[in-house]
Amino acid sequence: MRRDEHVTSVAQTMGAGAAPDGYALELRDLRKSFGKTEIIRGANLAVRAGERVAIIGPNGAGKSTLFNLISGRFAPSSGEVLLHGTRIDGKRPFEINRLGLSRSFQITNIFPKLSVFENLRCGVLWSLGYKYTFLRFLSRLQDANERAEQFLHMIKLEKKRDLLAMNLTYAEQRALEIGITIAGGASVILLDEPTAGMSKSETTRFISLIKEVTAGKTLLTVEHDMGVVFGLADKIAVVVYGEVIAFDTPEAVRANPRVQEAYLGSAVAEQQAEGH
Amino acid sequence: MEFFIISMLNGLSYGLLLFMLSSGLTLIFSMMGVLNFAHASFYMVGAYIGYTVAGWIGFWPALLVAPLAVGALGAGFERLALRKVHKFGHVPELLVTFGLSYIALELVQLVWGRTALEFRPPAVLQGPAFTLVHHAVDGLSLVWGAAPSGLCSAADAAVRVACSPFPATRGFMMLVALLMLVALWLLLTRTRIGLVIQAALTHPEMAEALGHNVPRIFMLVFGAGTALAGLAGVIGGSTFVTEPAMAATVGSVIFVVVVVGGMGSLAGAFVASVLIGVIQTFAVAFDVSLITLAQQLGVELSEALKANSVVKLTLSQVAPILPYLFLVLILIFRPKGLLGTREG
Amino acid sequence: MNMQHHASLALSSQATGATPQSLAHPGPEALVLREPAPRAAVAGEAHPHGSEAVPRRPSMTRDPSQTHPLGRWLVWGGFALLLLVAPKLFTSNLSVTMLSQMGIAIIACLSYNMLLGQGGMLSFGHAVYTGLGSYLAIHALNAVGAGTLALPVSLVPLVGGVAGLVFAVLFGYVTTRKSGTPFAMITLGMAELVFAMSLMFSEFFGGEAGVSGNRVVGQPFWGISFGPAVQVYYLIAAYTFVCVVLMFAFTQTPLGRILNAVRDNPERVEFIGYNTQRVRYTAFIISGFFAGVAGGLACLLFEIVTAEVVGAARSGAYLLFTFLGGATFFFGPIIGGVLMVLASVLLSELTKAWLLYLGLIFLFMVMYAPGGIASLFMMNLRVAAFGKLRQLWVSYLALAVTGLVALAGAGALIEMVYHLQLNAAASDELRFLAVTLNVKAVDCWFGAAFILLTGLGLFELTRRQFRQQWGRIQEEIEKDIQRRELA
Repeated sequence: MRRDEHVTSVAQTMGAGAAPDGYALELRDLRKSFGKTEIIRGANLAVRAGERVAIIGPNGAGKSTLFNLISGRFAPSSGEVLLHGTRIDGKRPFEINRLGLSRSFQITNIFPKLSVFENLRCGVLWSLGYKYTFLRFLSRLQDANERAEQFLHMIKLEKKRDLLAMNLTYAEQRALEIGITIAGGASVILLDEPTAGMSKSETTRFISLIKEVTAGKTLLTVEHDMGVVFGLADKIAVVVYGEVIAFDTPEAVRANPRVQEAYLGSAVAEQQAEGH
Repeated sequence: MEFFIISMLNGLSYGLLLFMLSSGLTLIFSMMGVLNFAHASFYMVGAYIGYTVAGWIGFWPALLVAPLAVGALGAGFERLALRKVHKFGHVPELLVTFGLSYIALELVQLVWGRTALEFRPPAVLQGPAFTLVHHAVDGLSLVWGAAPSGLCSAADAAVRVACSPFPATRGFMMLVALLMLVALWLLLTRTRIGLVIQAALTHPEMAEALGHNVPRIFMLVFGAGTALAGLAGVIGGSTFVTEPAMAATVGSVIFVVVVVGGMGSLAGAFVASVLIGVIQTFAVAFDVSLITLAQQLGVELSEALKANSVVKLTLSQVAPILPYLFLVLILIFRPKGLLGTREG
Repeated sequence: MNMQHHASLALSSQATGATPQSLAHPGPEALVLREPAPRAAVAGEAHPHGSEAVPRRPSMTRDPSQTHPLGRWLVWGGFALLLLVAPKLFTSNLSVTMLSQMGIAIIACLSYNMLLGQGGMLSFGHAVYTGLGSYLAIHALNAVGAGTLALPVSLVPLVGGVAGLVFAVLFGYVTTRKSGTPFAMITLGMAELVFAMSLMFSEFFGGEAGVSGNRVVGQPFWGISFGPAVQVYYLIAAYTFVCVVLMFAFTQTPLGRILNAVRDNPERVEFIGYNTQRVRYTAFIISGFFAGVAGGLACLLFEIVTAEVVGAARSGAYLLFTFLGGATFFFGPIIGGVLMVLASVLLSELTKAWLLYLGLIFLFMVMYAPGGIASLFMMNLRVAAFGKLRQLWVSYLALAVTGLVALAGAGALIEMVYHLQLNAAASDELRFLAVTLNVKAVDCWFGAAFILLTGLGLFELTRRQFRQQWGRIQEEIEKDIQRRELA
C-alpha cells in the first residue's frame, strides 16, 4: 500500500511528468457561467513547469473563480484545463489533487480542532499512499510523521506543534494553510491571496516563506499587493472580465496598453502611448 | 369515477395540510438555517390549544387565537433558547429543537392527558361539503351538502346507486391552506417586511448591516412558522384526531417532504406535499397485493408463495412507508430534491 | 453554570475558517463548536467572513494525546479491572442486569459517537443498525438452538455485527450522500422506513410479539452455559472491553484522523486528496458493525427482540445520552451509556416525569454545556492540573446547594402536577423526598413555588459569581502557559 518513495527533500514533486509541449498547467478557452452571467469568458493560459505566475486583475475579474475551476471546486461550462498534459476539467477536487495540483484558500481553511502537527499530517497522508486505512496506527507511520515534522519546520511553527489550529494567530494560520497545501508534495501550487489581511512586515516575511517552500514547483498566486507580485513572480497574468488579457514578464505587463487601460482607464493609456 | 374524484380531493387536502406544515418548516429553514425538529410538536400544541379555546369561546375564534398563541410560544422559545445556541452552529440548533420536542410531548400529555380528545369541528363543517351521487342509470351528479336519504338508494333493487360524500372539514382544510399559500406569497413578494425577509434569507449579515433588526426578524419568522403549524394543528386536529401521537405521525413525513421537495424551496415543498398526499391517500384505498396482481394476469402462484408476507402485502399496508421510499429514490436519483436550489 | 464560553461542540459540516468565538478542546477526538457557517447557497459563494485576527482563547489549547504511556496503561487497566470487579460490588440480580445493559449501551453510544463526535454526522436513525443486529442475532441464536447453525453462543453477537455492517453498506450508500442537516433528515426517514417495515414483515420481525430466543443452547463450555446473569455479564464485559479498545484504536488511525478532518472542514479534505463521501461512508460502515455487535449482545441479554429496538425513541435515546455524556471526548459516550441505563431503569421507576426531566436536562446541556459531562470534567481537570481547583470548591458547593434547592422546588411542582393528571383518583397525597405533599393544599403549591424561586434566585447569584471566578482562573492559566512557553 505504501508508495516506495524515500523522502529526502520536501521539494519533491509529484507526478511531474511533463506534457509533450512542456506546460505544467494549461487553460484553453475556459468558460464558466453562473446562471445567465458569464464570469469566465474564454480564459487562455499556458504555464511552464517551475514558473511562478502572479494573477492580478481588478476586483470581480474572476481570479478566484479561475482557481475554483482549475482546482475542481466548480466544473467549467466549457473549455479545457490541462495538468501536465492531462485534462482535469470536470474532475472532482480530490482527483485533481491526486494528479499533482494543490491549492490554498483566501479564507483560511484549516482543520480548527486538530493540532498544527495533525493538520500537516493530514495533508501528507494521501500522498504517501495511506488512503482510507484503519489498520495502522498514525504514531507508527514514520514517513508521515517525519514529513509532517519537516513541513512544520519549514513553515516555522515548531513551537506551536501541539496547539489546536484555531488558537493560532491569523498569520500563523495562513502559514499553516500554505503548509497543508504543499504537504502533499504537489508540483503545481495555487495560492489564493496568501497575504490577505497581513501587515506589511508580516507580508514580507510571508513572501520569503512562500519562496522557500515552493522552490522548484510551479506556482500560481492571486495577489493584489503589487510589491508582492513584483517580488515573487517570474510572470504576471492579468485577468479582466473573465479573460486573460496579458501574460508576460512584469516589465512587459507594466507597459502593456491593454493592462494600463484596464487599470487606469483609456485616457491614461492614450496619454502613456502619446508620451512614449 | 366518483371514487377517483373523492380520493383525489382527499389526497389533495391531506397534501395541502402537509404543505401548511412544511411551508412553515421551510420558511424557518430558509431564513435561519434551523431545521425545527419540534415543528410537528407545535402542530400538536396548536390542536390542543385549539381544542381548549374552542371549548371556551367556539371554534371560529379558536381558529384565530390558537395559532397566535402557538406563534407566541414559538417566538418565546426562539428568544429564550434558540438564540442562545445560534452561535454554536446549525446542528446544536437542531438539537435544541429536538430537546423541545421531548418536552413539548410531555407537557401536552401532562396538561391534557394521554388519551385522544374529541375535537369536534363546528356544526357548519360537520357532514359533507358535497356528495357525488352515482346513479347507474342517471349517471354522476353532485349534491351540495349531504345527500337526502332517498337519493342514495333506488326503489328498484337492481339499480346501483353509490353516494360518495366529501367531508366539509377536508374542504375547509383545502380552502385555508390555499388562502394561506396566497397570503404567504403576497407577503413575501409584495410587502416590505417580505423583501427584508428575502434579503435576510441569503445575506443575514448584510441585512443587519443595513439596519434591520435581524434577530427580531428571526424571532418573528420563527413565530410565524410555528403559528402556521398551529393553524394546521387546529384544522388537522378537528378533522383527524387530537392525540399525543399526532406529532410523531406527521412529524417525519414533513421532513421527508422538505428533503424531497428540496431543502429551502417553498415551491418544492408544495409539489412534494401534494404528491405525497395524493399518492398515500390513493395507496391506502387499494387493497391490491402482488397476489391480486398475479390473479389479474392469470398467473398461478404456489401455496408457499401465497403465504409469503411480502407477496401478501397489499398496497394499503405499504402506504405508510411510501413517503420514505420516495425519499430513498429521490436521494439516489436526484439528491438535490425536486426543486432544490441549495446543496443542503 | 454558563459554560458556553468554554465548552464547545463542533457539529457543523459546512466549511469556513476558524472564528474568534469558538473555543478549543483538546485532542483529535475533540469537537469544538464553531460559529454558524455562512449560508452558501451555491457552492463556491464567497465566504462572508473576512480575514480577522484570531485571538488566543483561554481554554484547553493543547492536544492531549501526547500523554504519558504509563498513564494510558493505568487507564485501560483500571477500566478492565472495573469491568471485572463490578458484579462483585453490585451483586443483586437487578444490578448485574443493569451492568450488562451498561456494557451494551457503552458499545452502542461509542459507535454512535463515531458518527456524531468524530465525524460530525448527526444521525437520528442509529437504532436501525443496533436493532437489525439484534434481529439477525436472535434468528441466528434460534438457528443454533435448532441445530441448523453450528456457532457457539458467545459468537452470536458477531452475527449482529455482520448484520449491522451489511445494512450499513446498503443504507449508508444513500445516506452518506449528504451531510449536515439533510443527512440527519435522511437518517430519520430511513429509521421510519425500517420501523414501518418491521410492522409489515412479520416473519422476520415477529410482528407484535417480536422474536424470542434462548441463549442456553448447546453444550456448556467449561461449565459456562450463559444461563446465570453473571455469566452473560462477563461475556458482555469482554465484548465491551474489546470493542472499546478497537474503537479507541480507530481514532488513532489515518481514517480516524481524516474523519476528524472531515468533521472540521469537509470541503478542505477534498483538496488534500480524500473523497469526503467515501470517508463518511467507510466510517458509517464501521460504526454500523459495532452497533450491530451491541444489538447482538442485547439479544443474548434479553432473549427477545421487539420492534421498538429499531424505533425512533431508541435512536433518540442514543443521541440524547451520547450528547449528554459528551460527544467531544472519547470517553463521553461511556458516561452517556451508563446514564442511559440508569435513567431508563431507575429514574423511570422513581418518577413519572422522567422524560420531561430528561428533555429539560438535554435542553440545558445544549445551551450551556454542549460538550457534555465529559467536557465539564475535563475542564475542571485542566484547572486542577494548574493547581487552581481548590479556589473553586466553595463556589461549586454553593452552586450545588442552591441548584438542589431549586430542583427540589421544581421537582415538587412537577410531581404534583403529574400526580393531579395521572393519579388524582387514587389519593390527594404523594410522597416527594420524604415529604408528604397534598395536591389539594394551596400551601403545598405555594411552598414549592417559593422554594423554586428562591433556589433559582440564589443559584443565579452564585452562578454570576462563579463565572467571574472561572474567567479569572482561565486568565491566570493562560498567563501560566505563556510563561512556560517563553521559558
